[in-house]
Amino acid sequence: MAETVDGKKDEADYKRLHSFPLIRHTDMSEEMRVETMELCVTACEKFATNNESAAKMIKESMDKKFGNSWHVVIGEGFGFEITHEVKNLLYMFFGGSLAVCVWKCS
Amino acid sequence: MSIPHKVGTVKSKQAPNVNTQPKAPVAKGVKAAGKKRDEEEATDTAEGEEWMQGKTLVKPPDQLDLTEKELNEEITRVLTANNPNAPQNVVRYSFKEGCYKPIIFVDQMAIHFELEGNLVHKESDEGQRLMAKQAEREDGAGDEKLDNLAKAGKKARKLTNQFNFNERASQTLNNPPRDISCQTEPPPRANFSATANQWEIYDFYVEELKRREKSKEKQEGQFLNKEEDKSKKKMIQAETQSDDISQLAHAAKIIERMVNQNIFDEVAQDFMYFEDAADEFRGEKGTLLPLWKFLYDKAKGLSVTALCWNPKYNDLFAVGLGSYEFTQEERGMLLFYTLKNSSYPEFSFNTASGVMCVDIHEQMSYLVAVGLHDGCVAVYNLKKKSDQPIYNSTASSGKHRGAVMQVKWQKDDLDSNHNFISVSADGRVVSWTLVKHELVFTDIIKLPAMDKVPDDLKDVIATAGTSLDFHKQKDYHFLVATEAGKIHKGSKYYSSKFLETYDAHFMTVSRVRWNPFHPNVFISCGWDWMVKIWDHTIESPIFTFELKTSVTDVAWAPYSSTVFAAVTTDGKVHVFDLSINKYEALCQQKVVSKKTRLLHIEFNPVHPIIIVGDDRGHVISLKLSPNLRKKPKEKKGQELPKGPEVEIAKMEQLLSSLR
Repeated sequence: MAETVDGKKDEADYKRLHSFPLIRHTDMSEEMRVETMELCVTACEKFATNNESAAKMIKESMDKKFGNSWHVVIGEGFGFEITHEVKNLLYMFFGGSLAVCVWKCS
Repeated sequence: MSIPHKVGTVKSKQAPNVNTQPKAPVAKGVKAAGKKRDEEEATDTAEGEEWMQGKTLVKPPDQLDLTEKELNEEITRVLTANNPNAPQNVVRYSFKEGCYKPIIFVDQMAIHFELEGNLVHKESDEGQRLMAKQAEREDGAGDEKLDNLAKAGKKARKLTNQFNFNERASQTLNNPPRDISCQTEPPPRANFSATANQWEIYDFYVEELKRREKSKEKQEGQFLNKEEDKSKKKMIQAETQSDDISQLAHAAKIIERMVNQNIFDEVAQDFMYFEDAADEFRGEKGTLLPLWKFLYDKAKGLSVTALCWNPKYNDLFAVGLGSYEFTQEERGMLLFYTLKNSSYPEFSFNTASGVMCVDIHEQMSYLVAVGLHDGCVAVYNLKKKSDQPIYNSTASSGKHRGAVMQVKWQKDDLDSNHNFISVSADGRVVSWTLVKHELVFTDIIKLPAMDKVPDDLKDVIATAGTSLDFHKQKDYHFLVATEAGKIHKGSKYYSSKFLETYDAHFMTVSRVRWNPFHPNVFISCGWDWMVKIWDHTIESPIFTFELKTSVTDVAWAPYSSTVFAAVTTDGKVHVFDLSINKYEALCQQKVVSKKTRLLHIEFNPVHPIIIVGDDRGHVISLKLSPNLRKKPKEKKGQELPKGPEVEIAKMEQLLSSLR
C-alpha cells in the first residue's frame, strides 16, 4: 500500500519535476533556438490535447519567420530518420512525456 | 380603261372639274395639277384668267365615266418604301430546328445606280504615292522640275495646324538580351534520427536534473571547469524551468517563522523590551531571564561542545554537538539556530565524529571551521546546500592525532587564502590554509611536555591543549591552555618556544580568553573550581574567584571590560562585574534542571543575551537584567564617553588599585 502510494507520488513528482522544456538535440544558432523553443512551448501549452493543431501552429509560424518548408512532429512515442538543412533542427522534450521535433527541409 | 399614271402624283383626281369643288384632299392634287397647268400654260395669261374663271373642261376620251358619288369617294393610297421586286416569302432551312423557316425581314434595298469614285485624299498614303509619281513623270520637263519639286516639297510639307495633334514616337537603342544562368549550391543537408519514447524522455530528464545539481554545486564553489561551461550552456536554454518546489519552500519558511513567532510571542517581547524593574530594588544583584530553549531531537544523547555567534547575522549562532566521553558512540552534529525560529535549526550537518569546536569566519560569515573528536578539521560553506564540508582534513597528512579542542580563524594570509589555527589533544598548534581544494597545514608550535613526564617519554606523551585564544589587537600573540593546568603565551612568529608560561590551575584549564578591551588582561577557568583574571605581564593572577564546582566555561561581555560570566557543572551561571563588586558575583542563577551540566557560554555581540549549552544537547538563551549591563554613569553635562577607551580606563583603574 505504502509502495503504491509512494509510486504514485514519485510519478507525480517526476512529472512535475520534468515538465520543463528540455533540448535533446539541436544545431540551431542561439537566437533561433531560444525563439523556436519558446514557440514550441507556447503551442504545446495552448493545444495541450491536440498535437495536430499545435504542430500546425508551430509549422506555420516557423515558415513565416525562418523561411519555407518546415516540418513538425509532436508525439509521445515515435521513431524517425530525417534529412534536414544544417543548422535548422530542434529536437526537444516537454511536459514530461511529449517530444517535439522541428526541422527545415525544402 | 387605263388610267394615266403620272410619276410623283400623290393623288389621282377623278374629275377634271375639280377646281370648282374645293375639297381638302382633292385640293392638293388640284393645286399640283393647277401648278403644272400653270406652268404649261403660264405664257398665256389670258388663258390663266380663263382657267381661273372656270371654263368648259375638256374630257379625254378614254377617261372613266363615274357618277358624282363615285367621284367624291375618297380613295386612300399608301406609299411605302418597300421594294416591290424584293421577294416576300423567302424560306431558309434552320439546322437548329431541322425545318424550313420563313425569313420575315428581307432586304428591301433596290440599287438603281452605282458609281465608284476615283478621288483619293491627298494626305493618305496612296495620295502621296500618286503625287510622287506625278512629280517623277514631270521630271523631264526641266525648268518645271524645280518648281515641281518645290511644289512637291511644299505639298509634301505638312501644314502646321495648331488644332492638329501630332504623335511622335521614337525607339531607343535596345541592348541585346543575353541569357545567363547559374546554379547555387543547395543548403547543406544532414540526416538525423532518433526515437521518442516515454522511457527515453524520462531518462533524459533524470540525467539533466543530476547534471544541474552537480553544476550548481560547482558554481557555488567557484571552480571553473570546461565541462561545466558546456553543460552550463546547455542548461541556459532550459533554465526557464518553474521552480515550484523551491518557491514553496521559501513560503513555507516564512510561515514557519511566523508560527514560531506567534507561539513564542511573549518570549520575543521579553527579549526585545523586558527590563526587569525589580533590579532597582535588588541593589547590585541582577537576574537572568530565560528566553528561548533550543533543542533538536536528532541531537539526543549529544552534549553541546561548542557555541559560536555569527558576527554578521546577530541572531544566528552555531552549536557543535558531540561528546566528551570517549566511550560513547562517535557521531556529531553541527547545527545553526536563529533566534527567530527556536523549534528547528536553520542548518544542520552531520559529522562522522563528535564536533569539539566551532568557529565562524569574521568577514565571510558563511565559512565555518569545525574541529572534530577524531582529530579532523573541516570547513563548511553555509551557502552550499550540501551536507558535506568543502574542506576536510581527513585525507591529508597532518591531521591531529587527538581531538581538536579549539579552532580559530585568522586574517587572510598574504596570498589572500583563508586560514585558521587549531589546537588539539596531541599537543600541536597547527595552522591550516585553505588552498583551492585542500587544506595545507603548518605546524606552529608544539606544547611543551608536562613536568611529570620523564624525559625519554616527552616526545610520546603529548600535552593536550584545551583552549586557544588570539589577542584582539596584536593577533600574533596567542594563549594556549593545557590539560596540565598551564597557560602558555606564544607568538606566531616564534615557533620554538613560548614567550611565557603561567601556572594557572591545578587541573585542566577549560578556557582562556583575552579581554576584548584591555590589551593586557585575560581570564581563565579550570576544573579546579577557580576563575582567574590575569595581566599578562604579571605572573600571578590579579583576581581569583572560587565557584563551588568545576567551571567549564567563562566569557567576557562584549559591551564592558569588567563584566564576565562563567558556567559550572552544577547548572549555574555566574555573572560578575568587577567595577561594581570585586569579590562576589552579581548573579548566580541555576538555569537548568538537576544533574545537567552546563558546558559552554557565549555572549551575543549585540543583544544583551547569553546562550548556554548543556550536556543534554540543549541550548538555553537568557537575557541579562539591567543591573548586569551597567555602563559607567556619566556626569551631568559631560558627553557620554565612547566605548573602548572607557572600558580600558575602567580596567586600568581596577588594576592600579590592586597593585
